[in-house]
Amino acid sequence: MAKVPVQFTLNGSEKAEFIESGTTLLHALRDKIGDTSPKGGCHQGTCGACSVIIDGELRLSCLTLAETCDGADIRTTAGLAEGGVLHPLQRAFLDAFATQCGFCTPGMIMAAKALLDRTPNPSREEVVEALSGNICRCTGYEPIIQAVLTAARADSQNAA
Amino acid sequence: MELRKDYFADVRKDGLHEIGQPRPRLDSPGHVTGKTAYFADRILPGMLHLKMVRSPHHHARIRSIDTSEAEKHPGVVKVLTAKDVPHNVYTILILIQIGPEDETVLADGKVRWKGEAVAAVLAETERAAQEAAAKVKVDYEVLPAVFDMEEALKPGAPLVNEYHGQNYYLYDSGECRKVRFGDVDAGFAEADHILEQTYQSSPIEHAPTETTGCVVAPEGNDRFTCYTNTQAMFFTLDNASIILQMPGSKLHFVGGTVGGGFGGKVDVIVEPIAILAAKLTGRPVSFIYSREEEMQISSPRAAEKVVIKDGVMKDGRIVARKVTGYTDAGAYSRHSPYGAQKGAAHYPGPYTIPNVWIDTYCVYTNRTPSSAMRGFGVTIGDFALEVQMDKLARLIGMDPLEFRFINAYRDGDMKAHRQPTEGAALIECMQEASRAANWPVADKYMAMSSYRKGA
Repeated sequence: MAKVPVQFTLNGSEKAEFIESGTTLLHALRDKIGDTSPKGGCHQGTCGACSVIIDGELRLSCLTLAETCDGADIRTTAGLAEGGVLHPLQRAFLDAFATQCGFCTPGMIMAAKALLDRTPNPSREEVVEALSGNICRCTGYEPIIQAVLTAARADSQNAA
Repeated sequence: MELRKDYFADVRKDGLHEIGQPRPRLDSPGHVTGKTAYFADRILPGMLHLKMVRSPHHHARIRSIDTSEAEKHPGVVKVLTAKDVPHNVYTILILIQIGPEDETVLADGKVRWKGEAVAAVLAETERAAQEAAAKVKVDYEVLPAVFDMEEALKPGAPLVNEYHGQNYYLYDSGECRKVRFGDVDAGFAEADHILEQTYQSSPIEHAPTETTGCVVAPEGNDRFTCYTNTQAMFFTLDNASIILQMPGSKLHFVGGTVGGGFGGKVDVIVEPIAILAAKLTGRPVSFIYSREEEMQISSPRAAEKVVIKDGVMKDGRIVARKVTGYTDAGAYSRHSPYGAQKGAAHYPGPYTIPNVWIDTYCVYTNRTPSSAMRGFGVTIGDFALEVQMDKLARLIGMDPLEFRFINAYRDGDMKAHRQPTEGAALIECMQEASRAANWPVADKYMAMSSYRKGA
């Protein structure tokens, strides 16, 4: 089958791949490029485990065709820590006991980051709404919500 | 909340100070950075993808399987059927002598539930495997099916599983697991009130975010490395060894972080066939359930039916309890004979009742095989028992919490299955619950102890 070239930036690094037309971004990231931080939980856009940020927008990589991402800026949880220093969201998830099995965590963190990038001081309701597309089957939602609110406060203190 | 450390003071030196202290999880740094390696994160060069051909019928005889069109499909490497599996009929608990072997890895001549694995297709891509699976032609003769436990136990019901010969698991005690304690008929004759109620539950799916699966790599030294999200590593290793007729030394199982299990990943269901596929093709193999398979194929918590008959006195004492429990194993045993047996020991609940009669049946139907899930065999029983306790309290006009104090088991009491009670702490828990929930009980109950004087 003919392959399609695709180039994009992943967490600040240039990536170029030949992919089969119709390949999802999730598949391209995990199987071709080797960033396994987005997870495949349902492959039908319902669980949120594959969430990534594309050009500043939260997207489901299992429903996004890789070939539509040519030239895009893609961010995943694997690229969030800078110089070995955890992002405030990662720190807050650690401290607030907001992970259990961990499978939903990278998607949760991306959904939270998309929110904080847009709304640095969200209300609890805004956090709940922003995470509503991400399923945590271990049902640890409350610590996750608290972690996002804590990270927002930490960020605004750093900015002040 | 008060920690009653004095209660266990004589059984354990209290050098522990962890309760109430926050401690970081050791696996969290991997989770928040996306570095935790789940089995599906092992992406190996040249990996084949396995897709199952599954039965569309609840009960059917297989007249023939034609894999020729599927084998010609572009990208297909191999199609496996029952004849390829060295020891095709197995049962998980054979490791602890709970037989007979009653389940096929790949269906041989018959399917007994809708979704049963019939043939395994291996292809270069998931898509090719899926497309080819649809091209496997299976000629079925549909048979009458039974979905209801009581129907299954009636004479003349369709026989679900020939390896058992009847639609229930045959324990050494007979058609059910039995507990007999005291004289239950005398207890009912003495009782002021008798209440008989039936409780039923549906199967419950664990629905982990990470679906069931494994990745297998054939190694250069004739061994196979199996990366798996099993919750039962050694059960899986040993059963794989039996099914594949391969010494355990050839099998290297690598577990690790499971993306949610809840008991749903203790069946031996993906590893043996994936290892066999890796052996027969010489290539790494990935077998990962789709979300649909996770919901429809993976074993749920068993449906249960519990009939409880209690004799109670006006003063609150339960003097007799008769329970008949039914566990719907589905078409195969898996862990259900054990679950039903656990129920037999459990049905008196945390209460001391002098006269007890319990029968628990493990029943076969043409439903998805059920298996382990968080406290299986006792969780549905606890729901039934505690609803029953509330109904009994209402019947005699007593506060439901005080009613439980009266019947609570205490250290030294003999349980119906002849296990003496020790370390009960139930009275102390209820006292704390009474305070925490602001549900006051009479002083005499707050003065009680799980220690019986002189015990």
